[in-house]
Amino acid sequence: MSEPITPTRTYYSVFAALIALTLVTVAVSFVELGAWHTTVGVLIGVVKASLVGLFFMHLLHSSKASWLAVLAGLFWLSILMALTLSDYLTRPLLQY
Amino acid sequence: MSTNHSILAHHFADLDQQRETETFGMWLFLSTEILIFGAVFTCYTVYRLRYPHDFEAASAKLNVLIGSINTIVLLSSSLTMALSVHATRVGRQQMLLTCLLLTILLGGTFLGLKVLEYYKDYKDNLVPVLAFKPEEWTQVQGEQGPVQPQRVELMLVFYYVMTGLHAVHMIVGMGLLIWLVVEARKGLLTTVRYMPVEVVGLYWHFVDIVWIFLLPLLYLTGTHHAADLHF
Repeated sequence: MSEPITPTRTYYSVFAALIALTLVTVAVSFVELGAWHTTVGVLIGVVKASLVGLFFMHLLHSSKASWLAVLAGLFWLSILMALTLSDYLTRPLLQY
Repeated sequence: MSTNHSILAHHFADLDQQRETETFGMWLFLSTEILIFGAVFTCYTVYRLRYPHDFEAASAKLNVLIGSINTIVLLSSSLTMALSVHATRVGRQQMLLTCLLLTILLGGTFLGLKVLEYYKDYKDNLVPVLAFKPEEWTQVQGEQGPVQPQRVELMLVFYYVMTGLHAVHMIVGMGLLIWLVVEARKGLLTTVRYMPVEVVGLYWHFVDIVWIFLLPLLYLTGTHHAADLHF
């Protein structure tokens, strides 16, 4: 059982969604959002990255081993970010 | 069966196991790539949270038009890469060659625009050490008082390290694509031996995903105005 062949129609639909989301994210940067630009931009980025991963990179039909590698990478990234930020974000709380 | 035997390495039971291993191997490599880029993204986050207004002031000077066009160019190259995989799977050799060459062309367009952008950054005094004038920044007001030139320089260093590391990955990807073109012209990429295209595709899409996050983090912080849209 080799992986199923993704039809071109799927690729074109995903591409259209990616371009639409890019235009949205650039358009939003012209709206007055104060400090929220990065949050909105990264959230749209997560949606775009998920589309690329699931459809272009065929994660939708990938084996559990591939998912394990992806999730391990993201899990270690979350450790890296959480431990580093738990240090730097709490330093102002310290009184010397 | 004869073609199957010739491409099946002796240490695999069958082609399916070999293909799964090849996919898994590339994903393992990409999980280490997540951590390479993740380390830089984490450093960026630490300083971004510490100096938000200085980082936004520097980001506002970057070329948002070239950055946005490059995003669309790179997403298009991901589409042609995905179509290359499809062409290989269904055995359409001419479509495969066309899609691979289009991917190389779009990747080259991205890098060309990036070089143009770096040149414009140099002209605009946005290169730390080489071309940077602290006095231009002392008059710039952030939301909480004037920005500090050293912090602006720090943001620009992140910009060059992150886009530079990304560009290096693009150049590697272009090399892999050229290798695929050579293989395709020899007729070595077939409905049975399609994994080279699939695996290079995984790498190419990963580099695309990195850029998807670089766009909001580097170019789209703070509010833009219509006057920012220029080459």
